[in-house]
Amino acid sequence: MKKIKRKLAVLLLTLASLLVWLPLLLLLSAALMPEDELLWRYLSPLGIGKAPVRAALLPSYPSLEAFTELLIRSPGFFVMFWNSCIQTFPMLLGQLLIGAPAAWAFARLKFPGRRGIFALYVLLMVLPFQVTQVSNYLVLDCLGLLNSHLALILPGIWSTFPVFIMTRSFEAVPGALLEAAYLDGAGELQAFFLVGLPAGYPGIVTAMVLSFIDAWNALEQPVAYLKDMSLWPLSLYLPEIVSDKAAVAFAAGIVMMLPPVLLYLNGEGELEQGLAASGVKE
Amino acid sequence: MKNCLGKMERRRKRQGQSRITAGCFLAPSLCGVLLFQALPFLDVVRRSFLDAMGRSFVGMANYAAVWGNEAFRMAAKNTLYFFAAAVPALYLVSLALSLLVYRPGAGQRLFKTSLVLPMVLPAAAMALVWRILFCPDGLWNQLLYAFTGKPWEQDWVHGKAAFPILVSTYLWKNIGYDMLLWLAGLSAIPQSLYDAARVDGAGEPAQLRYITLPCLQGTMGLVLVLSVVNSFRVYREAYLLAGSYPDLSIYMLPHLFSHWFLTLDIQKMSTAAVFLVLASLPAWGFGRWLRRSGKEG
Repeated sequence: MKKIKRKLAVLLLTLASLLVWLPLLLLLSAALMPEDELLWRYLSPLGIGKAPVRAALLPSYPSLEAFTELLIRSPGFFVMFWNSCIQTFPMLLGQLLIGAPAAWAFARLKFPGRRGIFALYVLLMVLPFQVTQVSNYLVLDCLGLLNSHLALILPGIWSTFPVFIMTRSFEAVPGALLEAAYLDGAGELQAFFLVGLPAGYPGIVTAMVLSFIDAWNALEQPVAYLKDMSLWPLSLYLPEIVSDKAAVAFAAGIVMMLPPVLLYLNGEGELEQGLAASGVKE
Repeated sequence: MKNCLGKMERRRKRQGQSRITAGCFLAPSLCGVLLFQALPFLDVVRRSFLDAMGRSFVGMANYAAVWGNEAFRMAAKNTLYFFAAAVPALYLVSLALSLLVYRPGAGQRLFKTSLVLPMVLPAAAMALVWRILFCPDGLWNQLLYAFTGKPWEQDWVHGKAAFPILVSTYLWKNIGYDMLLWLAGLSAIPQSLYDAARVDGAGEPAQLRYITLPCLQGTMGLVLVLSVVNSFRVYREAYLLAGSYPDLSIYMLPHLFSHWFLTLDIQKMSTAAVFLVLASLPAWGFGRWLRRSGKEG
């Protein structure tokens, strides 16, 4: 009886995993097709003609043609890739440098208004982008930042979600560890750097991974704040590339998903721990 | 006496010092949050009561205008439908999958990684695959043809059927994240509870009903709030699949906001934003209540 149940569970999970892997395989195989095979199979989805889709999980004539075309002969793709990097990484660095000390203050220091200010952070965290879109636009206009990378970077640095995640994991740092540090004569700064950061590491990684995924896929913000197409990130450029250079569209999709996938696979354990700290405690 | 006073003095001094430290830790974050997040939000509330020029107070006129606006009504209705269809499904399926994954066994790691993977895949890249599947000449129609024997020419992305497709892609993307949250909740339940229940002769359904679900109450609140918050992000999928003028059945509030933004219709946007915040308060309150009562229990 138990064995049957176990087998049923494995079967269900296999089916669910197939729903994840099959679309991915479809994408990967399309990325490895030479142009003529691609046009024969996927004319309709690429929007350049009408013919029944002839889907394949393996290319008949595997080739890296699309990747070399994309990486060597598509300067536009490179510009957009760098735009994505420029808009993402400084923002993450800022979130870390400014957010981590704030999270430490919320989790471990006593000051008047702590609960109230934290509640404000949580409220701002759950507001959808569209709520403050127009006012943010006016603020950025005032500062003369519209239509520049900074229009995405600066508001992103002060997103309150990473602070929330890091606060939760700093709260989970055992108090005894800190007391020992204070007894040994550590000041607040030393306690933060030598005890807090190492012990709250999973939360920091979680915040960074989730922020990265969000920023890498950003769509609402660049649509609203960047008029100049040469500033667009990959997430906006990819739909354009389909009509522009259909043969490399799938390869571009694969290259775009590599950084977040690698990051996730590397930080998987920390992500689980960090989310656990955020979810279980209130 | 003197000694005692000295102690109090020192304590006060230390307290003052720790306030200064806290200020130094918090200030860089708080200033930016106020400038880029809190002030814009207050500004939105203020503008919802002002006229188009942002000068004179017009009372509830904007609210009446937005409430009577046909596009707003349609978008709000569609957004509600989307919540009603997607959030319960997301909730139940992710919980069921987490219960399946949580049992230790062969391949558990692989299953977990596979199911979480969609969360990190860029929507822009996956939109290409969804087109292969759901365009009129696509794979899905071919499968339906194989099963029903009738030719299918349905455009699943631009036609009336866009709604279920959008719900499906949303589920596909978000189930992994919710599953991780459920798993975190599950791993916090002490194993001794289950051992005791087994000794008392409780079967698996009873254990689920009397141990697992009550212990997950705190997580339920969190997942609910995050699901509602994240469901606004479905705009990304909707935009990448169907552009900014999709079939009317998936024309939702974010579409409306982005159209009003193009014409810089500031007072309408501000008013609709306030409506939106008010409308999400019940979910927020309910989630908070769940978490609170879960903590006590």
